[in-house]
Amino acid sequence: MTKLLPMNRRSFLQTTVSGAAAIGFAPSLFSTPAAAQAALTVGFIYVGPKDDYGYNQAHAEGAAVIKAMSGVTVVEEENVPETVDVQKTMESMINLDGASLVFPTSFGYFDPHMLAMAEKYPDVQFRHCGGLWQEGKNPMNTGSYFGYIGQGQYLNGITAGYASKSKKIGFVAAKPIPQVLQNINSFLLGARSVDPAITCQVIFTGEWSLAVKEAEATNALIDQGADVITCHVDSPKVVVETAAGRGAFVCGYHANQSPLAPDKYLTGAEWAWGNVYTKFVTEAQAGTPLGNFVRGGLKDGFVKMSPLGPGVSEEARKTFDATLAEMMAGSFSVFKGPIKDNKGGDAVTAGQTLAEDAIELESMAYLVEGVVGSTS
Amino acid sequence: MEGIGIWGVPLAIFAGAIRVSTPFIFVSLGESITERSGRINLGLEGTLVFGAMTAYAIAVMSGSPWLGVLAAMATGAVFGLIHGWICKFPKVNDIAIGIAMMQFGLGLAFFLGKPFIQPVAPHLPSIALGGWSDLPQIQSALNINVLFIIGALLAVALWWAFKNTRIGLILRVVGDSSDAARAMGLNPDTVRLLATAVGGSLAAVGGAYLSLYYPGSWNEGISSGQGLMAVALVIFARWNPIGCFLAALLFGGAGALGPALQSVGVTQGYYLFYAAPYVLTLVILVATSSPTRSLGGAPGTLSITK
Repeated sequence: MTKLLPMNRRSFLQTTVSGAAAIGFAPSLFSTPAAAQAALTVGFIYVGPKDDYGYNQAHAEGAAVIKAMSGVTVVEEENVPETVDVQKTMESMINLDGASLVFPTSFGYFDPHMLAMAEKYPDVQFRHCGGLWQEGKNPMNTGSYFGYIGQGQYLNGITAGYASKSKKIGFVAAKPIPQVLQNINSFLLGARSVDPAITCQVIFTGEWSLAVKEAEATNALIDQGADVITCHVDSPKVVVETAAGRGAFVCGYHANQSPLAPDKYLTGAEWAWGNVYTKFVTEAQAGTPLGNFVRGGLKDGFVKMSPLGPGVSEEARKTFDATLAEMMAGSFSVFKGPIKDNKGGDAVTAGQTLAEDAIELESMAYLVEGVVGSTS
Repeated sequence: MEGIGIWGVPLAIFAGAIRVSTPFIFVSLGESITERSGRINLGLEGTLVFGAMTAYAIAVMSGSPWLGVLAAMATGAVFGLIHGWICKFPKVNDIAIGIAMMQFGLGLAFFLGKPFIQPVAPHLPSIALGGWSDLPQIQSALNINVLFIIGALLAVALWWAFKNTRIGLILRVVGDSSDAARAMGLNPDTVRLLATAVGGSLAAVGGAYLSLYYPGSWNEGISSGQGLMAVALVIFARWNPIGCFLAALLFGGAGALGPALQSVGVTQGYYLFYAAPYVLTLVILVATSSPTRSLGGAPGTLSITK
């Protein structure tokens, strides 16, 4: 089987690249038609440990889903820095393991690392997690996939709004980039849909993974009266444990952290990468071209919610379910004008409704009214 | 719980000084012993992280955090012994070995620590000294970990021992002049070997505090350079154990400034506040520097002062 692999891969790629029908072309190369369908090696690269209760775990759970598919071999590498190291990892996955589809999952892998590899190995398909791929500018054997998780943070906010007694909720954030700002804003807007008096305090730690600072930030938020905490950092483990240890409720992010704080965990916005990877692999196996710009939210199965915890009241559960149903139907928008930003300017004007895939949301640079914090 | 407004800032600095400083205290006290004997062990960052991993792993498996601390001490001593043993060979540079040991410790900790990222270990106990207050914030700030208290006592004990005991004298003689030590019938290599081992085991206790108390979980980014900072603190503190303790408090408190200011609504320029500990260090070093005399209190045989 190993001997067959290079030929197998090459033939698969020829068909993909030329756009010819794989089914018609491939069987002639192999002794058994069954083998033609299969044998795809997929590489996954993570920036941290794959069991971090966070960003990397969410991807590794997705990788585990396609590992179970027939004819798929998964190779993984963890703790790969966003430096020339990731290029070496990609080369070894391609040359030594025969990977023909590579998922470098961290933001900083894209430029220049993945782009350089895509040029060097035009027969290999690269798909990067994030929103960086641009048609016409980046090669066609590369692409981006990402999920709209803002609605998940809005649902987090609903449970937080019902659970908060102090009417103050807290957000531990890494860096003030659009994605993070959108999560903060969605979290507050969800809470304000329950009680418009709620405010959300945000603390930026400045880095994606800084355990001690995340713990200090969580403590500082709770000292100021916040009683529901959520976060956007690579591994929410420290935030969840610290907050629950101080008696505050928590909403999760990236993956399901409820085992860390079973009593205090309300719900969480999780990635469902398994569905996304299954789609890519199915396309690759069928020989159809892979999407270059793949997006989706809750209703597309890119994002899911953790099961509701014991701290969620009956009333909260009803609102949560009703809102979730609206989102699944595609008729819900988090950013419905008029919304002011927290400096008094107009964030979303009256009458304007931004759908979850609206391009304006991808360059969000403001915090909405009710969020205490600053983007710089 | 009601917010406490602007009082949150001094409280956070105070609480941060206690919560965040403990690893700095143990690593810098350990390093002060090693450097007093005339060696620099830069590998303590690796020892710290390996200690954090060992303590967490043993605590998960045995259910006892104290057993974890003891195991960490043992591994720290082994790391120190390796460093001390290699450095006794002629023409070996202790700084280079330290960097190698740091990478070795980090790599080994990541490798062996893999299965322990997910499990939850029992935490070290803390003593609640805040019972007199009705404010939960103050009660929480005054939950003081036993290791912090041990660290404070150890700083005083070391300060006294350097001056007043025979072991302290031996350390200082070896650190100041190998020839004088030999003339006294001492073997400098053995003294340095033991001093490095003790330094390593103390540094590993700092790691145990990180993984078993605050922030209280094991992952590969747990230290983010605290071991290296602590080695620098020793020089900043002029090799004085009480100075090490105070410098560690200063670092812990200054580190809490950034999150605390944001929590009370001072949200502009947080990157600047995060640089506070380092700016403070620079200011103090410049203020206490002198154009006429060299580093006061520096052991004579230390490779950076030679």
